[in-house]
Amino acid sequence: MKTVTLTIDGRELQAETGQTILEVARDNNIYIPALCHNEAVAAYGACRLCMVEVSRGDWAKLVTSCLYEVEDGLVVKTNTERVNNVRRLVTELLLARCPDSEVIQDLAKELGVGEPRFTPEEGNHKCILCALCTRACQEVVGASAISLVNRGVNRQMATPFYAFSDACIACGSCAYVCPTGAIDIEDAGDTRKITMPNVTMEFKLKQCKTCGAYWAPERQLAHIIKQADLPPDAFDDCPDCRE
Amino acid sequence: MRNMPNSKKKQLKAADKKKIAATLDRYQRDGVMLVSILQDVQAELNYLPEDALKEVSQGLELPLTQVYSVATFFKAFSLKPRGRHLVNICMGTACHVRGSVGILEKLEQELGILPGETTRDYRFTLETVNCVGACALGPIVMVDGKYHGQMTADKVDAVLKGYE
Amino acid sequence: MSKIKSLAELESLRESITKQRDPEKTVITICGGTGCRAYGGDEVIAAFEEELKRHGLTGKVDLRITGCHGFCERGPLVVIKPENIFYQRVRVQHVPELVEKTIVNGKLVERFLFSIIGGDRVVHEEEVPFYARQKRLVFGNNGLIDPTNIEDYLAVGGYAALGKCLSGMSPEEVIDEVKASGLRGRGGGGFPTGRKWETTRKAEGDARYVICNADEGDPGAYMDRSLLEGNPHSVLEGMIIGAYAIGSHQGYIYVRHEYPLAVRNAQIAIQQAEEHGLLGQNILGSGFDFTVRINRGGGAFICGESTALMASMEGKVGEPRAKYVHTSEKGLWDQPTNLNNVETWANIPLIINNGAEWYSSIGTEGSKGTKIFSLVGQIRNTGLVEVPMGITLREIIYDIGNGIPRGKKFKAVQTGGPSGGCIPESLLDTPVDFDELTKIGSMMGSGGMIVMDETTCMVDIAKYFINFLEGESCGKCVPCREGLKRMSQILGNITSGKGQEGDIELLEEMSQFLIDGSLCGLGNTAPNPVLSTIRHFRHEYEAHIKDKKCPAGVCKELTKDGS
Repeated sequence: MKTVTLTIDGRELQAETGQTILEVARDNNIYIPALCHNEAVAAYGACRLCMVEVSRGDWAKLVTSCLYEVEDGLVVKTNTERVNNVRRLVTELLLARCPDSEVIQDLAKELGVGEPRFTPEEGNHKCILCALCTRACQEVVGASAISLVNRGVNRQMATPFYAFSDACIACGSCAYVCPTGAIDIEDAGDTRKITMPNVTMEFKLKQCKTCGAYWAPERQLAHIIKQADLPPDAFDDCPDCRE
Repeated sequence: MRNMPNSKKKQLKAADKKKIAATLDRYQRDGVMLVSILQDVQAELNYLPEDALKEVSQGLELPLTQVYSVATFFKAFSLKPRGRHLVNICMGTACHVRGSVGILEKLEQELGILPGETTRDYRFTLETVNCVGACALGPIVMVDGKYHGQMTADKVDAVLKGYE
Repeated sequence: MSKIKSLAELESLRESITKQRDPEKTVITICGGTGCRAYGGDEVIAAFEEELKRHGLTGKVDLRITGCHGFCERGPLVVIKPENIFYQRVRVQHVPELVEKTIVNGKLVERFLFSIIGGDRVVHEEEVPFYARQKRLVFGNNGLIDPTNIEDYLAVGGYAALGKCLSGMSPEEVIDEVKASGLRGRGGGGFPTGRKWETTRKAEGDARYVICNADEGDPGAYMDRSLLEGNPHSVLEGMIIGAYAIGSHQGYIYVRHEYPLAVRNAQIAIQQAEEHGLLGQNILGSGFDFTVRINRGGGAFICGESTALMASMEGKVGEPRAKYVHTSEKGLWDQPTNLNNVETWANIPLIINNGAEWYSSIGTEGSKGTKIFSLVGQIRNTGLVEVPMGITLREIIYDIGNGIPRGKKFKAVQTGGPSGGCIPESLLDTPVDFDELTKIGSMMGSGGMIVMDETTCMVDIAKYFINFLEGESCGKCVPCREGLKRMSQILGNITSGKGQEGDIELLEEMSQFLIDGSLCGLGNTAPNPVLSTIRHFRHEYEAHIKDKKCPAGVCKELTKDGS
């Protein structure tokens, strides 16, 4: 690894090779909006909100800051007219896609985007297809229970065949990483209900042998037992009663 | 009226399972060859039934999500049963400027289905293709791989009659 | 067949093949390309076999099913050698007469000869105006050889370039030769081929791969198919040379599944090359190993994009990634990978055989060699044409293509496929050159050249391409997925009489957004058909929006009240 010097919005900054512009900016409290980025998973580059303008010598171009690795002498501008045009249109299109999403509404306010010039879509829930849920499920949880299916404008986040996914361990990571709150999790009695834009699934919760509380999905506990090679009764008691 | 084939879940027969296993073996059960494997399985079974995708997923030790995503991404794959005859209309640019849209409309009207759909009697499935590269004969309709060139809307009836 | 172990053995095999062939013997060559087969070429072939048998000529006269000759408009094509008598539009019922008169009695059958303007008929293939203005360096052998017979390829000098490389040139020398030739990628981007090879060779990795991109997705373009179908060994030879230069031992041909004949002929060629020791271990005794495998595409235009193509080769969805790290450094399985298009590979043996100096003498300053186009649409002579770079669009359309049929007026020519643009009459003297075509808002692309006459509505064409791309977008990034959907809606409104003041400006704004904001080349270039039609045919947009009229009479909702 090597230290490089670059400039972001006029500030001269030190960074390590291999870091992306977005990482360096965030380390230095420079704000770049992004929806499909999360440190827990590999950068993806789909939402295009994090685009910035880079220049070296006499050329300048827009790049995706979550993917573009810093170089010595790089000059980055996060707030040019060209950059803002892209961000505003991304937001306007997402607002037309998901008119009910508060996160997108807030982003629109922040970027000065008014009523979208496109007919709002109906029944689209809040999913912007950023794939954070599917990537977390695959890369972090290792379950691969959900994925993006179909192509292009017909693309959706779904389980195989839009049915109950056998690979799902009901851990809820998908809901946790979703930037727009498109996935709901509700625990009631002995059941966890996960509501995704295109499918709803129910899972049994495990009851604590000692206090009788339903405390975690049975599938998730079985998954951890298998992964960590724990004895089958490792989670018979809830964390409180295990003490 | 659109004739949607009923999507009752097809149970794989033992013979179908054997065919899938043989296909997987032909590719050394290498998950990298997923697209080719699915093409061969579809060629054997006419389409990709749900259980066939599950067999492929287990046989290749790939997540079912990956198999399902790939199967729904590529246009070559059909997850619904297809008809006895496959009608493919070329929508390439050369055919477009020579009037393929009018022929597609006529086909839709005659068959009562849209591209990607199958008639209720399973006689025809209608699909579009981006270009078959026989532009001199455009507009072109292919039925079961046979080319019908210099098509007009008026000729549609006669062509379809040839396929029972 | 035992394997060839050295250059000397290759040359002696070639000699024995040519010796066995009597140059005076009559050979009936029949085009076996997809186009001619679609006209009923298979039946014509069977009829010739039958007739020769009936006359007791089987064996005395050779019948050769060749690759595509290019003049698809006049298929099925039959050329009788050694005289090169050119018969066109030969149907099965004509075969007995042709065999009887020409083969048995040595007489011409006038009515199957090509008739030029003024009514005179020409006898020989090379006199047909369609061919006379071409320079068929890459494509010419298609009409001479049976693509399923490696001996035919060897007889026309095949694999000599490979022999030259493996016996006397270092990989660096091969790369230098390709660099000096000025060859640029024929798939559309026009990146210098030699430089790409050099980067891949120098990149760090455990293995290196070469890929032949035969996922020809541009609608109205079929030169790659015809090359792979008609002369697969020339493509293979180019790939083997490239692999040697780059230091790769595994190659792939990624071919559209809609091209069954190309898949079959490529498979046969690979097998024959393996049997002859031209693929596999220790090629021509040089110690160099290389194998080639075929991957069939799944029907996705996006897979013509290198990173999407590679993803699908890894068994995944064909989704592109940002190319800040080039595939020449990190491609297939994260290893250095060199991807070239079919036509690019087929140029390589030419360059090695004739030298970079000869090659770079053809073409313009920035674009060397020839380019194959598929000249289609509203044009008299539909077919594949190979022309030297620098020839003007007008020469291709009028001198080779013979202009617009049915007395209609020319309106535009579209090059570059869905990423290209529509070029008006006033720019027809633009030379065919990567940079010149880009300057006028189109691009070279892979070689589709679609001619449109006055009955074509340019707004409808823009809508056609945007709808095409909307259906082919992978859906990963917001500008392409959501942007194309909205552009398609706006164009749909305009063509159905619901266009509003400001729609043109909104289309322009969104176009710039896609250029700046999309993740990959598909989205970056998707607005070209819209921008070029607005630029050159703005009045047609205005007529649709303001007057609710479609000047060409194509848009149905606008023609009902008789505009």
